[in-house]
Amino acid sequence: MSYHAIKAIYIYEMTRFFRTIFQSLFSPVLSTSLYFVVFGTAIGSRMQEIDGVSYGAFIVPGLIMLTVMTQATSNASFGIYFPKFSGTIYELLSSPISFVEIVSGYVGAAATKSLLIGCIIMLTSTLFVPLQIAHPLVMVLFLCLTCFSFALMGFIIGIWAKNFEQLQLIPLLIVTPMVFLGGSFYSISMLPPIWQKITLFNPVVYLISGFRWSFFDTADVPVGSSLMAIFAFTVLCIVVIWWIFRTGWRIRL
Amino acid sequence: MSDIICIEGLSKSYADGANVLSDVNLNVKDGEIFALLGPNGAGKTTLISIICGIVRASSGTIMVDGHDYVKDYRWTRDLIGLVPQEIALDSFETVMRTCRLSRGLFGRRKDDALIEDILDKLSLIDKRDSQLRELSGGMKRRVMIAKALSHEPKILFLDEPTAGVDVELRKDMWRLVLALKERGVTIILTTHYIEEAEAMADRVGVISKGKLALVEEKESLLRRLGKKTLRIELQKPVAVLPTVLEPFNLDVEDNGSTFLYTYDKNANRTGITKLLSELSSTGLILKDLQTQQTSLEDIFIDMIQKENS
Repeated sequence: MSYHAIKAIYIYEMTRFFRTIFQSLFSPVLSTSLYFVVFGTAIGSRMQEIDGVSYGAFIVPGLIMLTVMTQATSNASFGIYFPKFSGTIYELLSSPISFVEIVSGYVGAAATKSLLIGCIIMLTSTLFVPLQIAHPLVMVLFLCLTCFSFALMGFIIGIWAKNFEQLQLIPLLIVTPMVFLGGSFYSISMLPPIWQKITLFNPVVYLISGFRWSFFDTADVPVGSSLMAIFAFTVLCIVVIWWIFRTGWRIRL
Repeated sequence: MSDIICIEGLSKSYADGANVLSDVNLNVKDGEIFALLGPNGAGKTTLISIICGIVRASSGTIMVDGHDYVKDYRWTRDLIGLVPQEIALDSFETVMRTCRLSRGLFGRRKDDALIEDILDKLSLIDKRDSQLRELSGGMKRRVMIAKALSHEPKILFLDEPTAGVDVELRKDMWRLVLALKERGVTIILTTHYIEEAEAMADRVGVISKGKLALVEEKESLLRRLGKKTLRIELQKPVAVLPTVLEPFNLDVEDNGSTFLYTYDKNANRTGITKLLSELSSTGLILKDLQTQQTSLEDIFIDMIQKENS
């Protein structure tokens, strides 16, 4: 294992993040704050409490997850797609490192960026709603695992994408709808029975439910199921990436 | 000199059936400059890309410094620096940071002093904090070389390193390559500029249609295949070649005022004395005499034409 290589990729990627700090940090924080203003404060004040939690506070975990998932995916996918696009991937492929170092560097950086954004959004939310965290350690575990697993998925998308359109395709058409329909803004118990069952096939439901449980001690699905879902998703992504590097799919001719 | 790279039976074909390399066998000696020549699409870049781990071979083995390039990829790639044909850089990064990344990828500790030394040798030190998009094409190519050197490779692949750069920069690069050779770095060079190979290479390989047509010491190649031409300029042009000169197979140029006589300089009898004697007998008055050595380029073109025919 080459720790210098992991560090080099990680620092390089983080430098890019700080170079575009306005776009990287301010933009997601601003858009999430708008959600708080519109859904939390304006509409939320007219909504009933959900499981004893005010609507404004109820959507905080969902909003953090929404941002963290999309940011982890887009940062990781862009991180590995850009070297493919610019041709600099030759350097990664010809250096004496395995997929473990490459993935650790790129996914680690993307996960860090999204974690940073998630934490800032959490702090920002306290300006709008009173926030409590019932299980802080579980909250950190869920947040870190979500950042990591969605960065892994973003990495796969970056390898798969042949152009910028494809790079945006999965996050826009699959990830965002899954997050919105995964209970970011509502409890799935509010849905008709048939939709409650269908929604359980959406893996994001488990992540948001588990994350929300760590805040309010109330969940749509058992916390154990949520943890199993996120572990399974992480392992699946790692296996896919291992297969990509083993076969050279879309990276080595 | 021992062999640092040993390639045996290397072939590469793509899914569409295109056969890019066929049964290539090649040994590169430690510390030499090896020039790989060939027309576009001959397979030069594919061969380099396979050794560096960018492209997968269909069959064959490669040993680098006695280690298998697949099983011991960490060992073999650690020794290799690559300057690819295309300029591939992150335009928004600075020269220094992109070199640091290259060094780090090869598992080396951060060493800005060493990178600055390389940049200095490549006349880039003033640009160390400049974004790559601000640099000229020639400077970008030098950055590519700086990146490849930043982990102090033992073997350096230069894939058309001077394509599109001006003459002055090309000469600078030649000096750098020769300095690296002095330090014991093995250099494998592909180039379209035959003069580049002629000026620097110890040995030359010619690849055509994916097959290695020839590998030979440059000097021996020039000796073996090299021909000389005697250029004879006359005071006044002649309308018809005198009969006594016909056996010499002269080429007539400049409306009959120049004769070209091609001969083998290694032959026991070159025929020059007899030619000059016969010329004297015709009464023609000579204006000038010059001899020219056949260049590697002439040999290369001749070889490729024979290959194609």
